[in-house]
Amino acid sequence: MSRYELRFSGAGGQGLITAGIIMAKAASIYEGKQAVQSQSYGPEARGGASKSEVIISDGPIDYPKATTVDALLAMTQEACDKYTHDLKDGGILLVDSDLVTKLPKGNYKIISFPIINTAKNDVGREIVANIVALGAMVALTGQVSRENAEKAVLSSVPEAFIELNRKAFSIGFEKAMAASA
Amino acid sequence: MSKKVAFLQGNEAAAHGALYAGCDFFGGYPITPSTEVAEVMSVELPKVGGKFIQMEDEIGAMAAILGASLAGAKVLTSTSGPGLSLKQELIGYGCIAEIPCVIYNVMRGGPSTGMPTGPSQSDVMCAKWGTHGDHPAICLTPASVQETYEEVIRAFNLSEKYRTPVMVMPDEIIAHMRERIVFPEKGELEVVPRKSPTVSPEQYKPYDTSFGDVPPLAAFGSGYKFHVTGLNKMQDGFPTTKAEIVQAEEERQVRKVDANVDDIVTFEEYMLDDADVVVVAYGSTSRSARYAVNVAREQGIKAGMFRIKTFWPFPDKQIKALAGRVKGIVIPEMNLGMCSLELERCAQGKVPVLGIFRVDGEPINPDQILEKIKEVK
Repeated sequence: MSRYELRFSGAGGQGLITAGIIMAKAASIYEGKQAVQSQSYGPEARGGASKSEVIISDGPIDYPKATTVDALLAMTQEACDKYTHDLKDGGILLVDSDLVTKLPKGNYKIISFPIINTAKNDVGREIVANIVALGAMVALTGQVSRENAEKAVLSSVPEAFIELNRKAFSIGFEKAMAASA
Repeated sequence: MSKKVAFLQGNEAAAHGALYAGCDFFGGYPITPSTEVAEVMSVELPKVGGKFIQMEDEIGAMAAILGASLAGAKVLTSTSGPGLSLKQELIGYGCIAEIPCVIYNVMRGGPSTGMPTGPSQSDVMCAKWGTHGDHPAICLTPASVQETYEEVIRAFNLSEKYRTPVMVMPDEIIAHMRERIVFPEKGELEVVPRKSPTVSPEQYKPYDTSFGDVPPLAAFGSGYKFHVTGLNKMQDGFPTTKAEIVQAEEERQVRKVDANVDDIVTFEEYMLDDADVVVVAYGSTSRSARYAVNVAREQGIKAGMFRIKTFWPFPDKQIKALAGRVKGIVIPEMNLGMCSLELERCAQGKVPVLGIFRVDGEPINPDQILEKIKEVK
């Protein structure tokens, strides 16, 4: 039975738990797979290391947390330092190139581009950096189709922000494809 | 028509389960990691004509649901560790006055404020022994989002059927994780109504045992007048210290659960038929246990799992039978050995009970359980 593990990590308030939820929803509701999303965060409302884990499988998922991570997103240096230890050999590591400058040693497929600045400059709003990152993770992991992931994004955001999020998702997807080519 | 599905958190599912069961009153006080239940109820209850009230604290919330239940409502409160401690005196009141209610408690690190966002399973003893005095206790420990939804409905049913407080206790992992849930159609799952009086208001007694161990409960405001107290009481609800009445009433209250263990206790047996080692687990820990059992089987070890779904009353009969035919029991739990004590009591020294106890806010992972399985010779 296939078991694919993703971790979205960064600082509290960056929207990474939301990104994880949307990824899991895409797999579970739209892709017809099974998925579990869990999270861990500190008592503070903003800041502090935060992570959201998503397990995707063709069959039932027992243990809901990560065992060996297939793909990791790190949006801060602290998260990258703290959460890379169980990334599997040959695993995918996506980082924001402006914020994560010290990369871990190991045999990883590292993809980096300025995620937050892409949201700010190319999409127009920094607040959708999590959706830019999600688009990139969808492209890099191939666990859900682009169409299903987009459906999950659009069904998770308020009506007024649909176009903004569609654009963020799309740019993130394209940037990751270009960066990993 | 295909059924409605959603991708929900355990806490959100709990609130929707309560609504399915006909809950029409929620009294609460927000506390991490249970607050989502109150959030959903505050949005949804007014839509179905129910009432939501945020009280001044957890004690007030417990008092509010007891009062609302006596007025005929189906009631829920949600809380976590410190809030559960505060509610204890009134939980005892609910037991002795025999007031149906559901208490949903998410287990976080403790004691006291502990670790608000960290998972734990350290409230399971508090579910039975938290309030003083002999009293019936029912506590359910779900292990998935779907099961949380269904167990909240069952909690309402049990509380109405046995006229007593019922607790549902997911750990923080189950409460906060998200999974796909399939909503049952209306009428698909059983919803037990409250047993109402069949006699006139003049003839009514709130603890009339001629109707059996669970007397019918009239709603305040419906013309039936009766006395409710936390003191030991007679059939008409007024206090007494008469030895034979107090003895009989106390025994009856506890008997409501004790004589119906087979109706209340639920569990899952996984790969137990030929098992040499049984992992007993509940809540999120059972998911790690299932993973570990599967790996052990691949390695040729005859391991199985007994998953406790109803923690109280404890599945004594089943554990005693297991202890007679396995070589060892492994118990992983996020406390310093609570279920372990119950297992040792049931095992009666026949087999070793090996514990894995974690209170550091981290989940027990499958590898730890697998290692312990291998220690059983």
